[in-house]
Amino acid sequence: MKLLEYEGKEVFERYGIPMLPRCGVLRIGDSSEKLNIDGAGPWVVKAQVLAGGRGKAGGVKLAKTAAEARDLAGQMLGMKIVTHQTQGKPLTVEEVLVEHAAGIAREIYISVVLDRKAGSPAVIASAEGGMSIEELAHSHPEKIVRMAVDAESGLLDFQARQLAFDLKIPKKNFCEFTLFARQLVKCFVEMDANLVEVNPLIISKDGRLLAIDSKIVTDDNALFRHKDQAAKPDHEASEIEKEAKSIGINYIGLDGDIGCMVNGAGLAMATLDTVKMAGGDAANFLDVGGGANVDQVTKAFQIILKDPKVKAVLVNIFGGIMKCDNIAAGVVEASKKVHIKVPLIVRLEGTNVKEGKAILAKSGIKIEQADSLWEAAQKAVAAAKR
Amino acid sequence: MSILLDKNTRLLVHGLTGAQGSFHAQQCIEYGSKVVGGVTPGKGGTEHLGLPVFNTALDAVRATGANASLIFVPPPYAADSILEAADAGVSVIICITEGIPVMDMVRVKKRLAAVNACGRRVTLVGPNCPGVITPGECKAGIMPGYIHKPGTVGVVSRSGTLTYEAVWQVTSQGLGQSSVVGIGGDPVQGMNFVDALKLFQADPRTEAVIMIGEIGGAAEEDAARYIADEMTKPVFCFVAGKTAPPGRRMGHAGAIVEGGAGTHASKVEALAKAGATVVDNLSEIGAAVAKKLGAPKPKAKTARK
Repeated sequence: MKLLEYEGKEVFERYGIPMLPRCGVLRIGDSSEKLNIDGAGPWVVKAQVLAGGRGKAGGVKLAKTAAEARDLAGQMLGMKIVTHQTQGKPLTVEEVLVEHAAGIAREIYISVVLDRKAGSPAVIASAEGGMSIEELAHSHPEKIVRMAVDAESGLLDFQARQLAFDLKIPKKNFCEFTLFARQLVKCFVEMDANLVEVNPLIISKDGRLLAIDSKIVTDDNALFRHKDQAAKPDHEASEIEKEAKSIGINYIGLDGDIGCMVNGAGLAMATLDTVKMAGGDAANFLDVGGGANVDQVTKAFQIILKDPKVKAVLVNIFGGIMKCDNIAAGVVEASKKVHIKVPLIVRLEGTNVKEGKAILAKSGIKIEQADSLWEAAQKAVAAAKR
Repeated sequence: MSILLDKNTRLLVHGLTGAQGSFHAQQCIEYGSKVVGGVTPGKGGTEHLGLPVFNTALDAVRATGANASLIFVPPPYAADSILEAADAGVSVIICITEGIPVMDMVRVKKRLAAVNACGRRVTLVGPNCPGVITPGECKAGIMPGYIHKPGTVGVVSRSGTLTYEAVWQVTSQGLGQSSVVGIGGDPVQGMNFVDALKLFQADPRTEAVIMIGEIGGAAEEDAARYIADEMTKPVFCFVAGKTAPPGRRMGHAGAIVEGGAGTHASKVEALAKAGATVVDNLSEIGAAVAKKLGAPKPKAKTARK
């Protein structure tokens, strides 16, 4: 799950990560009086969206006076943001963070990631922060510092010192930085994160070390031991996706018009690829799970058909432990309960496939059957174009 | 010959008395696997499916001489079961459990490395995988047994049902499999593609290998380097996720394109350059292997059970 900037900063607070004081978060419908803006400015008003590059898209504004900060926060709510990370789709700003601003003398990049190959956390850092780390890794790989970390012992003192020297941290901030880096790694491990990123970490004009932004991605599998986290809304998932998740179905909405129901994540992905090869586009990724029953199949149909773009539904099931005759019965049952008005293409393979096909044929429901994934994809593409 | 499992494998099932463990252990027994017992803390001394149940893996290994473990324990406790099995002395651990926290697997990986550094040889397959099967000898996993047939094609894959699809195509071509290994879809896992390829390369029965990859990580790129440098046997590949949008995890925790890394294009290019045959259309992988190996007559489609 991806955390919004202010949610990440609330986590950082617990680890003593140095940050600027925050004046509060404004949501659509809130009065700007809710913001606790006092003391001396300037302030910064930041759109809380899950996409990098929001600054360029008008999602970060500087305010010199408290009144200006309130105005900007009000204006920013409801605004649509499109950045290089949103795949052309606008994100609506539903929450805005207002906090104190600082003059920046230097920007540093630092993150803790999971190194899949090594099977351990790693710190990635660069003395040149602020910009996209992917771009920097591409254009100047030598400017990136990479350090493997042991999850159990955390960042060791000498490693923290090495980082501080590599990043040319000023003497004045040296100890502050080593503590910060150790705490960042601790946060990564204890939060069961897949990513903890500070971009930028700054040295302010008045010489303070400060985390200006936060990005935390947590491991969904570990939610059972982070009850507070599990209770929070998933900002990234659409309503349909959340509904699917609540009933144990893995659904991701896509842009095409062919609804797909598949068992198994890998086969579901391969089905989308095959639809594309056949000249169509899938409306969704849907893994109905390995132990799907009549109920799951019915719900999966309901979820797929909620998407008004869907012009045909492709069911691709490789029955293993799950038997094809059970799946076929599920499809028949579901089509009675859910009025399927679009063409339905079914490809069954595996255990009891003959019986399954017979059930479908006898049901009287309009179903196009296919013997292979390729045939099914071609039939679905043709049906959606009709 | 085969890899990881054979007719002499003595299988211990962790979580035998649970719903998943019971069902799949029964299927393994029916397939002909030598399941010698189960582990469920607190149920030691009882019997389940006609097998002795033990409180701990150590008790079970001492009493039964088990040399492989099959784990169905729920996610919060599965990592501990893996380490328990390793400590008890089994040499192959297959973890089916889906949904283990990555940080738990980070700890498991470190400890297993320490065990192996002491000279013992423990191999972990999974987690979040369909398991391993050596057709006709031993099935340790949740795959449907009947789609397999003893033969000479090794199969290794990150995905469950996608493996079945490939296996079924091979069987439908009249060919069979030496062993089939599902390494699982998690970001931190036991055996990887290179480990499996090494075993297949060294296995005299295996004549060709099918490798089914997917987007995310760099395991396919690593495999490509191994194929280029060491493999003399033909390798056939498919990589799922060509059309997956970046930044979204496609079911498997490991299947995600992040910041330009782990893309379909990079994997396909690396594998093709390494000399592997990469099929763009999954439906063609069985035929591609048959063409290379000179298959016997394809089985009629109606001959399915």
